Amino acid sequence: MQGPPPTISRRNLLGGSLALLGAGAAGCAIPVGLGSSQTRVKYWHFLGASDGIIMNQMVGAFAKEHADIFIEENVLAWGEPYYTKVAMAGAGGRSPDLATFHLARLAGIGAGQLLDPINVDLLAEAGLRGADFSPPIWQRAHYNGTLYAVPFDAHPMVQYYNTDICAKAGLLGADGKLRATTGPDELLAALRKAKDAMGGEPPLAFDALGLGTVGPWRVWWSLYPQSGGTLLSEDGSRITIDDAKALAALRFMRTLGEEGLCDPTTDYGASVAKFTNNQAAFLWNGDWETTGLKDRGTPFSMARFPSVFGTGAAQADCHVFVLPHQRNRDPEVERATYRFIAYLVKNSADWAVAGHVPAYLPALQEPEYLALQPQSEYRSVITDVALDPQVWYTGSASRLWIEFGEAFSPVISGERTPEEGLANAKAALTRLMSAPNPFPVQER
Amino acid sequence: MTTTVAAPVASGAPAAKAKVHRSWTQHGLLFVAPFLLVYVAFLVWPTLLGLRMSFSSVNIAGTNDRMVGFANYAEAFGDPRMWRSLWNTLVFTALSTVPLVLLGLLFALLVHNLRFMQWLWRLSFFGPFLLPSAVVAVLWLQMIYPPEYGLINGTLGTDVLWLGDPGVAMWSMVLTTVWWTVGFNFLLYLAALQSIPQHLYEAAAIDGATGWDKLRSITLPMLSRTTALIVVLQLLASLKVFDQIYLMTGGGPEDSTRPIIEYAYDVGFTGYRIGYASAVSYILFVIIVVVSLVQLRLFRKREEVAS
Repeated sequence: MQGPPPTISRRNLLGGSLALLGAGAAGCAIPVGLGSSQTRVKYWHFLGASDGIIMNQMVGAFAKEHADIFIEENVLAWGEPYYTKVAMAGAGGRSPDLATFHLARLAGIGAGQLLDPINVDLLAEAGLRGADFSPPIWQRAHYNGTLYAVPFDAHPMVQYYNTDICAKAGLLGADGKLRATTGPDELLAALRKAKDAMGGEPPLAFDALGLGTVGPWRVWWSLYPQSGGTLLSEDGSRITIDDAKALAALRFMRTLGEEGLCDPTTDYGASVAKFTNNQAAFLWNGDWETTGLKDRGTPFSMARFPSVFGTGAAQADCHVFVLPHQRNRDPEVERATYRFIAYLVKNSADWAVAGHVPAYLPALQEPEYLALQPQSEYRSVITDVALDPQVWYTGSASRLWIEFGEAFSPVISGERTPEEGLANAKAALTRLMSAPNPFPVQER
Repeated sequence: MTTTVAAPVASGAPAAKAKVHRSWTQHGLLFVAPFLLVYVAFLVWPTLLGLRMSFSSVNIAGTNDRMVGFANYAEAFGDPRMWRSLWNTLVFTALSTVPLVLLGLLFALLVHNLRFMQWLWRLSFFGPFLLPSAVVAVLWLQMIYPPEYGLINGTLGTDVLWLGDPGVAMWSMVLTTVWWTVGFNFLLYLAALQSIPQHLYEAAAIDGATGWDKLRSITLPMLSRTTALIVVLQLLASLKVFDQIYLMTGGGPEDSTRPIIEYAYDVGFTGYRIGYASAVSYILFVIIVVVSLVQLRLFRKREEVAS
């Protein structure tokens, strides 16, 4: 310290602050050195709660086995904003390398513009073939003949049942599992027995009422497709609702309300709460309540959504992997991305703990998966799923779901006749069809 | 710009002088250039682009960019959800402007006439205005409005769904907004009150005026210009309502609180139809321009009468 005392000139100060700023910015980045030998794959998803925990574990397990690949996992909030973010990222062309998506959203996001096609060769190189996936889901992963998504799972409507109440009502078989019913009469008979066992309380709970309720749509879109009913023509240009079949499903829903077999004033939260607290023998809902119910110790098991009008179809959407559009895709990162996808898909059995049914058929045979109770009880639904029509205005919490939910909710309570409910739904569908698609097909 | 600024000075002045002034205005332009550049790049240009977009079918990816003429506007005028959200914005504006102006005045009068701990009252009324909208939303959403354990229902023993009942939700939004932003109007009024010359009141006192007389004949007339300013600012602010509603109800229940800006956001950013969203925005833009012009006219008339 012989020199003159240090003085801070303006230039030094400016330079110093800039350097500090730079250091700060670098500190925020994910700690993987640019010079490191790892290939970085940026992965976006919206999986929260138990889904999120399991996905995080799978990413960790992948990292252990693949030291050369670094998965940068980015968890974003579920819902509309997620799709906005993916759309904006895809529009800019500098998007994440991989994103989790809902299958029903494929048409709405303009596959081919905001999403890049899946490279089938690279997928095969990573060990995945189309024949290994549930056919209806694999087919729906295509848009205008091009593959845009790799299916991961389906989350169908299922029937949760309270084992204590059902045993009391004599509805369980010798193996302690619910005896499957076929047709409306058998189901109604079972529900009536459960009602008696519960002292006249409504035995069935599902999301039937509420602001923006989609429960009535999901129940209807499980019942109606069982009889082979469709909503729209293949190209989405015409309404193809079969009135007789649609009304049969609606009348059945009305019967449930009329006979007090379900409580038409139950909203989503109340339906789950009732079942959790042993106040309902049955719950019709998506499979995602499995972990929550297990945690809370409700005596329950699960079965496929009952077959009422023919097949055992059940409303479902699927988690899939998509590649948001990138202007310049690094081939090395691309390969790593496919390896990561293949790893997740092949280890679907781990994922199934959350309740979702793997779309990858070999996973359904694994002992590890079959041992999952009750998650493996409804696995056969995977080839029977009723997916949304492939038009741009469908998908989770879409306008279509909400409009149909609002049209059918008063049918269950009897405030509206099934005929009026159907007329309202058709009017809403006509409105939705007349709005212009932001991503018209001919644009591609 | 150059001519309008230079003209009054130049009139009747020698030519040489005008020249000097012109060079000065050129200098002035240079001075404001940094501002103008940003202003044009981030306000004027996007506004013009938005107008162009409103006549196209462009989507969020910037593709499908065909000119569709007035199709977006025609669709908007036949869209019940557009009308509903526009109506919500107008209702919110009507419901919020009145209390925001009146309470601002009332609080300012109170504080102005209080002789002790003035700083505390000033801070109390103005404090909430300093909070960001997200903090306000969380505070009211999580602590004050929850039906089961919220502050209001808990204190009053009522059972009101403040944000869940379509008939109540808009009033709740107004209440929150008044609490949040009344401080700004309060501050403007307080400043105006403090600038009223004291001798007017002294003269009135000598003439035997009561407190009420002073308020009616001195204070309120002296505040009229401030009132006009506050009403304009308030109307414009209320027409632009978005953050707190988006954060607290998301436009629900049953679309009862969705303001038109949120509708534009919804159709644009979650529906991907930027062209249509631009048309909806321009409908609001026209309304705001009309309101401003009417205000300006009223302003001018009042000033003419006054002078």
